[in-house]
Order: sequence, then C-alpha cells, then structure tokens
Amino acid sequence: MTATPAAKDATREDERIAAVATWKKIMRRPELGAIAGTVLVLAFFIVAASGTGMFTPAGIMNFLEVSAQLGILATAAALLMIGGEFDLSIGSMIGLAGIIIAIPTVQYGWPLWAALLLAFVCAVLVGWCNGYLVNRTGLPSFIVTLAFLFILRGLAIGGCRLLTGRTQIGGIQNHIPHDWLATLFSGEVATGLFAWMASHGWIATNFAGNPMVTGIPVSIVWWLGLTALATWMLLFTPYGNWIFASGGDANAARNSGVPVHRVKISLFIFTALSATVFASLQVMDTGSADTIRGMLKELEAIIAVVIGGALLTGGYGSAVGAALGALIFGMVQMGIFYTGVNTDWFKVFLGVMLLIAVLFNNFVRKKMMEAR
Amino acid sequence: MNDTVPMIEMRHVSKHFGNVIALNDVSLHVHAGEVMCLLGDNGAGKSTLIKTLSGVHKPTSGEMRVSGEPVRFKSPAYALDSGIATVFQDLAMIPLMSITRNFFMGREPTVGWGPLKRIDWKQADRIAMEEMARIGIDVRDPSQPVGTLSGGERQCVAIARAVYFGAKVLILDEPTSALGVKQASVVLRYIAKARNDGLAVIFITHNVHHAYPVADAFTLLKRGTSLGYFRKSEISREEVLNMMAGGAELESLDAELAEFQRTPAESQTASRAAIS
Repeated sequence: MTATPAAKDATREDERIAAVATWKKIMRRPELGAIAGTVLVLAFFIVAASGTGMFTPAGIMNFLEVSAQLGILATAAALLMIGGEFDLSIGSMIGLAGIIIAIPTVQYGWPLWAALLLAFVCAVLVGWCNGYLVNRTGLPSFIVTLAFLFILRGLAIGGCRLLTGRTQIGGIQNHIPHDWLATLFSGEVATGLFAWMASHGWIATNFAGNPMVTGIPVSIVWWLGLTALATWMLLFTPYGNWIFASGGDANAARNSGVPVHRVKISLFIFTALSATVFASLQVMDTGSADTIRGMLKELEAIIAVVIGGALLTGGYGSAVGAALGALIFGMVQMGIFYTGVNTDWFKVFLGVMLLIAVLFNNFVRKKMMEAR
Repeated sequence: MNDTVPMIEMRHVSKHFGNVIALNDVSLHVHAGEVMCLLGDNGAGKSTLIKTLSGVHKPTSGEMRVSGEPVRFKSPAYALDSGIATVFQDLAMIPLMSITRNFFMGREPTVGWGPLKRIDWKQADRIAMEEMARIGIDVRDPSQPVGTLSGGERQCVAIARAVYFGAKVLILDEPTSALGVKQASVVLRYIAKARNDGLAVIFITHNVHHAYPVADAFTLLKRGTSLGYFRKSEISREEVLNMMAGGAELESLDAELAEFQRTPAESQTASRAAIS
C-alpha cells in the first residue's frame, strides 16, 4: 500500500503548529515531571552533600542500591497502575516470600533453588488470586489487595511460628554458593571491570589495592533489566497497548476486543513476582528472612510510580518514570543521611514530594487534553 | 435498490425479559448503501434492538438475516465476524491514548517474531493518518491523545475504525446526541460518506433533525413495537416527529409555550429539549 495523496496532504507541514508540536510532544510524556524532579534533587544534593562522599563510587552504589530495590517493585506497580489497579499486598508478599525461601532451606534441607522456585510459584498463585477476585467481584483492587495485605502478612507470621517457633530465620548464606538459581539474586556483576579500573587508578582503592567498589550489585541489574522489559512492553507490544486500554477504559477496551481480565490477572501476577524478586535479593543479601520484612513497601512503590508521572486513575504512566521515581526516592533517603539532617525528616520530604508530583501530573494531564 | 437482498434484516423479532416484553414483532431491513434511522423515545426498545442486532441479546422469537442468510449470534464477536460493527456513544475511545493506539486497540499490526514481536508503529501511524484524512480530519500527529479531538471527531475515529476493520453494517448508537450542531454535522457528513461507500447504516437517534437529512428510510419504535417502516419519500419531518413523541403531547406543549409569547422557532427548540 502506498500513501494516498490525501494522506500526504494531511502530513504536510503546518507553519502554525510546527513550533509547538515538539514541545507538546515532550509535555505528553509521563516522565517529564520525574526528569525535572531527578535533576532538581540531584542538583540539590550535589551542593548540599558536597564533600560527604555521597557522589563517590561507593556512595553512588549505595543510593542506587536503595533505588534499585524499590525500583524493582515500582516497575511492576507502574504497569499495574497503568492497567488501572493497585496492589497493596506487595509488602506482605515480600515477607511471605522470604519465609517461603528460608523455611524449606534451613528447616527441611531443601536445595535453595527449589525453595526459590516454590516462592515464585506461590507468588503466581497470590497474583492470580488478587486478579481473579478483582475481575470476578468488580470490587476496587484497593479493597481486595488490602485484604491480602493482612492475609499474607498473617500467613507469614503464623506459618513461620507454627513451623519453626520463631519469626526470623537465619543461616541461609551457607546455601548460596554453587546454587545455580541463587546466584541470580546475590553478589555483584562486572567485578572484573571494576578491578581493571582500579588497577588503572581510575577509581578509589583500599590499602590492599582492591577497589572500594568491587562491582555492580545484582539488584541494580535486575532493576535496569525489568525497567527495560516493561518499557519495551508498554511502548512496542500489543500487550502494552492492552495495558493502557484496560486502565484507560475497561469497557471501551473490552468492546474493542482487548482481553481485559487476562491483562489484569497477568499484571497482578507480575507485581507478586516482583515482590518475590525483591525478597530473594534481600534474603540472599542478608542471609536471613524475617516475617515483618517489606512493610510499607507497597506504599513506597506507589509513591515512586506517582512521582514517575502515572495517573492513579490508570491508563497513563511509564516504567522509566517509575524508575526515576525510585531513583529520587533512593537519592533523598541516602542524601538526607549524608547531609547529616536527622533522618526523621525523610518522611516529611517524601510526603511533600508526593503532593507536588500529583499536582504536577494533574496539571500536565489538563494541558494535554487542552492541546488542540 | 429494493429489488436486491437486504444487507441485514430482522423478521418478526421479539425479545422478552421474564414477563417484560422489550421488543414485540419488530421487522426491519437495511440495504447496502442505505441509511436507516431508528427513531424512538426513551424506553421505546432502541437499546434492546441494538443489542439484539449486535449479538449481546438473543431474540426470543423471530429471525435475523445477514445478506439473506439466517444467522444466530452467540456473542458480539460472532456479529463482528459477520461484519456488523456497533459504535457506542461514549464507550469507543480512550481519551488519554493516542489516535493510533485507539484506532488499533485490540487489533494491533505486528512485525517480528517471538519475543521480538512488536507493534508496527510506522504502518499503524500511516494507516491511522490515511483513514483520518479519508474522513476529512486533518491529523497533525497520530500520536496525539484522542482527548484532544472534539467529540464529533472522536465519533468519526470510532466509525472509521469499524469501517477499516471490515464492517459491512454499521450500527451507530446515538452518535450525535451529545454533540453541538457543528460537531453533529461532522458526524452526519461522515455517515453519508459511509453510505456512499456501500455500507448499510443503522442510525439510532431521538433527534429527528439529525436523522432526517441523512436517512433513506425510517423505522419508528414505540413501547417495544414498530410503528412502521417508511421510505423518506413517504413521510415528512413533522410526521416523523409527531409519530415519535405522540403529536398530542407536543401540541399541548406548544400551546403552553405559546403562552410565554415565544417565537415558533424557540418553542420548537424547547420542545426538542423536553424530549431529550
């Protein structure tokens, strides 16, 4: 098929709108606020935390790791929010997944990979339950997943105490080496590169000549990988279009042949899986599991997603935005520590930032719809 | 035109919901290249009729034919497969999504294979632009959100989408009722264009002034029964209006309004508002 003359006519340059077209296009991107916020926060701490070590390689890795952990959750939460739903059970799922990894390994002598697989299977089930109930009952996902917030946390605490008599389980680090699956969630990558950079004197070394930062923590790789995957899905696949459609208007989407129920169930499964990835990283990192891990993570993830420009009402947002939201989160959390401000103030800052982000998003959406 | 087989036909269709008779012995037929206006007041059974045609409801009795072949739709998907596309008034477009994303929603063209299978954005954008140009809407940028289009243009995108994906019968549910005069004319012009392209159009409305200019025939519904099928040549605008609302009601309204010393034109507008 070749373009008809009429189509060519429609694409002709219009001198009246050409000047604003690029600007409008940028305004339309959900990440806009998050990019501005990232630059602002970065600039602030470069000045405020200068000379404190926040922006040394070690310091950067520090806040990136905080960002990465949240970012893994935020990516999945972003997709779900764009799909028009929330998952408040993420935090509890982190606690439960940690227990499911730890108990079989420590208590019953399972290989770590089997316990990890079990945790991921359980996550799929939990996500499916969330999605099925939301679809089936038509209740807001806020209520359904709030119920699971308590159910999963209770299961973790009750089950753990029943099986082990405790609520914390340690001693997992011995099981990590030589476990093919566990290595995906532990350690660092590019250690060779860092050693090489150290040998050239490009990065700081300790007294023994080893680099202060030995590699990139694997959580950061997960974060970047998941963000890239989610961005690919949203921007380039039919499934991504279905996510936008399901969140924008489920009825219209269904009328156009989008399998809205399947999309939503898959998104709930994705958030539960991301919580399990988070739990796996944390368990491998600390060598222990604790039933109360992951508390409030669901809300932090939502904050990162909203700062990243997603609309709470669904149908609009981006994975890159969520990643930037998580980056801001990590920078502020560690930056406050570095600048020596009492960390009690972190939450005040977080709340204010959330408010500003929402106000800004509303403003952008209004501008977008006015653009004629 | 009447000597050919109708594109879509309903013969003595009834629909009961429990002991409520929503449709009673309704017959209608639409030929290719024809606009049939389905007129009726609220509660006349228009929605039930549309939903029966589009496969949401199954008729209790009676028969439906597409191109002369008897059909029974198990679901809306079957109706779609037979080329019957229904465009609902405000359930068609998602304002925050781009024109292209809306246009291909649920039917995205893809390139590549396996995990690299992706939407062919170049192709999709081009088709969306072309189709929009065809209906006379000058889209500067197919990635602009549908929310930036006017109400009439949005309806047109929805109709263009149905046509592009192979509709032979278009059912338009109140496409103009939420629109201003100028916007409505955009949609009406496009309906006329779709007819000239050989589609059978069923245009549901309660606004006679929108219906009369584009219609070739009228079917009037009242309380679940058909008041009859009229060719445009057989009936005047006033007759349609009278039959639809019950002439007596309008006359008494006219009389009331005359007491307020209104001009006739104004009273007509007011009575129309009273109907809707």
